[in-house]
Amino acid sequence: MRVEAASDSALFISFADSISLETHRRVVALFHAVEGLRDRYPGIRNLHPAYSSLLIDFDPLQLTHEQLESLVAPLIVESVPSNLRRSGLIEIPVCYDREFAPDLATVAQHSSLTEEQVIATHAEGDYFVYFLGFSPGFAYLGGLASQLHVPRLVAPRKQVSAGSVGIGGAQTGIYPNASPGGWQLIGRTPLRMFDAATSPPSLLQPGDGVRFRGIDRFEFDRLAGQQQRDR
Amino acid sequence: MILVIKPGLLTTVQDLGRRGFAHLGVSPGGAADCISFRIANLLVGNDANAAALEITLLGPTLEFEVAATIAISGYGIGDSSSLPINEAFEVAAGTTVAVGPLSAGARAYLAIHGGLAIPEVMRSCSTFLPAGIGGFQGRALRAGDELVIGKQTQVGSRKLSPALAASLRLDHGPIRVTASLQSGWFDQETLGRFHEQAFTVSDQSNRSGLRLAGEPILRTNRGELLTEGIALGTVQVPPDGQPIILFVDQQTTGGYPKIANVIAADLPRVGQLRPRDEIRFQRVEIPEAIDLLLQQERALYEAFAL
Repeated sequence: MRVEAASDSALFISFADSISLETHRRVVALFHAVEGLRDRYPGIRNLHPAYSSLLIDFDPLQLTHEQLESLVAPLIVESVPSNLRRSGLIEIPVCYDREFAPDLATVAQHSSLTEEQVIATHAEGDYFVYFLGFSPGFAYLGGLASQLHVPRLVAPRKQVSAGSVGIGGAQTGIYPNASPGGWQLIGRTPLRMFDAATSPPSLLQPGDGVRFRGIDRFEFDRLAGQQQRDR
Repeated sequence: MILVIKPGLLTTVQDLGRRGFAHLGVSPGGAADCISFRIANLLVGNDANAAALEITLLGPTLEFEVAATIAISGYGIGDSSSLPINEAFEVAAGTTVAVGPLSAGARAYLAIHGGLAIPEVMRSCSTFLPAGIGGFQGRALRAGDELVIGKQTQVGSRKLSPALAASLRLDHGPIRVTASLQSGWFDQETLGRFHEQAFTVSDQSNRSGLRLAGEPILRTNRGELLTEGIALGTVQVPPDGQPIILFVDQQTTGGYPKIANVIAADLPRVGQLRPRDEIRFQRVEIPEAIDLLLQQERALYEAFAL
């Protein structure tokens, strides 16, 4: 484990230089513990968990690196029991119809599976949120079956529709907003993944468990309509 | 009510930022030059965090339908403009205020006594353009927009101390940086060059990041970096060797190596860089960086002490 200054206003705690479920659990445990400090220490401004690290942005006029390090040190756990329940388990309906899945054929070809097998494999997986980044509400999901690890597009798309479900290397994820994107698209969810007007604004939080549920176009339209009305 | 006659190049509603949502991928946001922003608000007697306008290069033309006390802070407003800078002044009902092009720096702030009545989104009034969050309908101002002035308090306008007013000149010295997490991925010669050479701020710069052009800075370590959290003001180096200063609307995580990090006291100066400006970096240690921040805060405090 390494603890170092990332800037005059940021402390960086790193558990490993590689991705593992064990490291991820330690990051999430520390993230939750430091979240719990914020009420007493308003100088802690922002937390940036990632695969194997946590960056803490703080106000250097209220806290020093040394003070923050001594607050955080007792919260670092050596290991997290693997049977620990995940903070949340979110089910996300996904329509894998061809019009939402422009890269399904590429993924099938790459994985030597039929398109139906790709869909079944993706929908059966047991996923979890490593962290969120890239854009508001964009969750990097781990747990993707190794056959479905497919490289990103060589040239990213200039525009990906909100709700698009994609694969990028060993990860899968959902684009919460229309944005440029380089992941292979295999479906779309009608759910609003990020809504700044709700609290919390993001459907997914670091450490959450995620399941996908395959839905047909009828169900997609019905749920999309329901989301519109709920606004 | 204030009517936007001309929006200017990029005029947005800002405050001091949206803290506490980085773990959901939300950048800190807020005024690009938080010192000028606070000065504008303090001049008109507002809380330093009150919603105000961030002006970029070319200012808006606004018609005030009611009388107001306003202040414009920054480093130089239009040559043709007769508006005072860094000073509160009264605007009579029916007056049109044309800010025009900025003559120095990239940004100026226009604050109105009472602040702008803007609903908070995720505890902030700042506009995050990439996702259309907050501010005035999540976007930059357009002609025809109507801004509502917030509740006015009894606090009157204030003046800057002459000493601070005189010291408000654009500092063209090097931008000071501390080491960052992957500074060691660059050899001594490359690090030396990074701190010696001049970079040009590219046209492809915005509130998310300032792209710099110069002799490529290439790393010697071929390691793969796992995506990790990004501190405000990080200088990251993509494979092409052209550094990017990640700024207020930055992504919260990233996978490019980071060679340096702009010190907190110099972040407001980054907000004043224009495309084609030339900049240099100077390495300092963290205690000095914090000292500079303390001095800056003390100067601001003293400037408004009665």
